Amino acid sequence: MFELDKWQEIYSTIQKNKLRTFLTGFAVAWGIFMLIILLGSGKGLENGVTDQFRGGANNGIWISSGMTSKEFKGLQAGRIIRFTNDDYNLLKESVRDHEYMSSRMFLGNTITSYKNEYGSFYLSPCHPDYGKIKEVEMIQGRFLNILDINEFRKVAVIGEKVKQDLFKGTDTVAMGEYININGVLFKVIGIFRDFGRDDNEQRRIYIPISTGQRVFSGQNVISQISMTTGDAAVEQVDQMVEQTRELLARKHTFDTKDERAVFIWNKSEDFRKFQGLFMGIRLFIWIVGIGTIIAGIVGVSNIMMISVKERTKEIGVRKALGATPFSIVSLILREAIVITGFAGYIGLVLGIGVLEIISRNLPEIEFFRSPEANFSIAVGATILLIVAGTLAGLFPARKAAKIKPIEALRDE
Amino acid sequence: MIKIRNIHKSYTNGQNNLHVLKGIDLDIETGEMISIMGPSGSGKSTLLNIFGILDNYDEGDYFLDGKKIHNLNERKAALLRNRMLGFVFQSFNLVSFKNAMENVALPLYYQKIPRRKRNRIAMEYLEKLGLKDWAHHLPSELSGGQKQRVAIARALITQPKVILADEPTGALDSVTSQEMMDLLTQINKTGITMIIVTHELDIARRTQKTIRIIDGSIKEIVENEVRSTKYEDRTQVRSNVIASEAKQTKHELEIKSENQKYEKVA
Repeated sequence: MFELDKWQEIYSTIQKNKLRTFLTGFAVAWGIFMLIILLGSGKGLENGVTDQFRGGANNGIWISSGMTSKEFKGLQAGRIIRFTNDDYNLLKESVRDHEYMSSRMFLGNTITSYKNEYGSFYLSPCHPDYGKIKEVEMIQGRFLNILDINEFRKVAVIGEKVKQDLFKGTDTVAMGEYININGVLFKVIGIFRDFGRDDNEQRRIYIPISTGQRVFSGQNVISQISMTTGDAAVEQVDQMVEQTRELLARKHTFDTKDERAVFIWNKSEDFRKFQGLFMGIRLFIWIVGIGTIIAGIVGVSNIMMISVKERTKEIGVRKALGATPFSIVSLILREAIVITGFAGYIGLVLGIGVLEIISRNLPEIEFFRSPEANFSIAVGATILLIVAGTLAGLFPARKAAKIKPIEALRDE
Repeated sequence: MIKIRNIHKSYTNGQNNLHVLKGIDLDIETGEMISIMGPSGSGKSTLLNIFGILDNYDEGDYFLDGKKIHNLNERKAALLRNRMLGFVFQSFNLVSFKNAMENVALPLYYQKIPRRKRNRIAMEYLEKLGLKDWAHHLPSELSGGQKQRVAIARALITQPKVILADEPTGALDSVTSQEMMDLLTQINKTGITMIIVTHELDIARRTQKTIRIIDGSIKEIVENEVRSTKYEDRTQVRSNVIASEAKQTKHELEIKSENQKYEKVA
C-alpha cells in the first residue's frame, strides 16, 4: 500500500497541477481549521461555564430557610422559618440516601487578629462534612472532625489567604497558633485551599458549629443545611429534594407548594441542564463543521473528476498495458486521500495553534476560558479526514475505472 | 497464434445499430507479420481492439495462443494484455509526466516488479533501441521517432507473444516511418507475431501478408513479396537489435518463467 512507487505516482500528478492542488487542499484545510476553531471555542464556553460551577460538589443540594408566602392551616403568610439543630438531625436521620450533610451558620465577616495583625474574614461554623461538600483541599493539618463538634473545641480551619494576611511572611508557622476571633481565642488546626472562583472563598474561617452556636449566638439556630447525593440517579435526587421539602413542611407547618418558605437549590439539576446545553452546542458545531468540510470534499471530488477526465488517455494507456481496474481505483483514491489528509492535517495544526495563541492571551472573561482542542477531537478530525478523502475520491475513481481503453485511445 | 472464426461486432448508438464486423475468419501464425488495411470505418481498428482484448465481440470465436477469449472480466483481460500483448499506437501514448525509462518500465509496474529491477530492464531495452542517452528525458523532449521507439520498447518489455500496432507510422515522416518498419521487422524476426493496422501501402507492403477489410468483411488477403529493404543496413537501430538478439538476458528468462506460471493459473 505504501510503497515508494505509489507515492511517486501521486507526487508526479500533483506536481503537474500545483496551483489546482493547492486550491483544493486549501478548501479542505479551511474546513478542518474552522471545525477545530469552532470546537475549541465551544470547549472554551464549556470551560467558562463549568468554572462558574466551581467551589462545591456538583451533586450538592443547598437548603436555606425563607419566609412563608401562603397561608396554611390557619397560620398567616409572612412567617419567618428558622432552622435549628433539630432540622439538621431530622434530615440527617430521614434522608437516607445522602452522602455528606452539614449545617452552617452565617456569621458574616468577623474581625480576627493574630498578634498585631488584624483582618476581617468570613466566619462559618459548620459540620465536618462541609469540607467534603465544599470540596476544599487541605494544604496543612486537617479539617474539622466529630470530636471538635462533640467537645465544643475552640479550633479553626483557615483559608490560605487568611494565613497570608494574619501570619505575614511565607515561612511562618500558623499551625497550633491561637487566633483571636471577635475576642475569643481559637487554635489553628488546618489550612485549606478552595478552588472556588472567588478570592473571598479563600478568606474564610471554619469553626465547629457547636462551638459557633455556643460562643457567638447562644442558640441552636442554623442558617443553612447542605448535602451531597453521592452517585444517586436523577430520579433519586429529585425524590430526596421532595422528601426534604415534605419533612421541613410538616415540621414547620407550611404548604409544600410554598416555594418561598424553604429554598432548595439542586445544583446537579442546573449542572445537568448545562451539560445538556453543551451536548447541543457540540452537536451543532459538528454539524456546522462537517458541513464546511463537505464543501471542501465536494471541491476535491470536483477537481479529481476533472483530473480523471484530463487523464482519460493516460488511464486508457495504463489499462492497455495491464493495469487492473483495482489499481486504477486505488491510484485515484490514494491521490484524493493524500490531498485531503495532508491539507486537513495542516488545517488541524493551524487550528490548534490559533486556539493555543488565543488561550494564552485571553483576558479573564466570564463564561469563556481556555479554548482547547483535546486529543479526542484531533483523533475524531483525523478519522473524519480519511473518510472525507475516501469519499472525495470515490466517484472520480469509479469514473476512472469505467474508462474503456478503446475510447480513451481513439485518436481524435 | 491468433485464430478467429465468424466474428461479429456491432455498436449501438441510440437507435442506430452499426454492424461493424460481419463475420471475419482469420488465422495468424506464430511469428507472422501481417498488416490490416482498409478505409476508415471499415472495422480494422475494431478488429485490432478485439485482438487486443480491449473490446468484446458479439458472436464467433477468438483463440489467442490456443485459449478462447470471450467476455473476460476486466482484471483477467488486464492480466492477459500485460503478459501476452504489446501495444504500439499512432500517437505514441506515452505518459507525459514520466520520463522515457519510467514509461518503458510501466508494464512491469503492473507485474509488481520492484522499481530498481524494472528500471534496469527498461534501460536495457532503451539501449537496444539506441535511446540510452534519452532515458531521463520526458516525452515532450523527444522527437516523434524517438517517442515511437520508446513506445516500442514499452511494448517489448514484457516479452509479449503478439505486438499490435495501430498506425504506428501515422504520425511520422516517411524516412522515420521506414526506420520504424525496419525496427518492427527486426523485432518480428525474434519470433514475435506482429499485427500492423495501416492505411499506407508502402508500410503494408513490408509485411508478409496484407489483409484488406472493407465494410466489415475481409475483401482479400495479399501475400507480399517482402523486399529486402535497402534501408536495412542504414539504421543504427537495426544492428543494435541484432546484437541484442543473441543476448538473452537473465530477466527475460525470468519474465518468461513468470508468464508460464501465469499461463498455468489461467
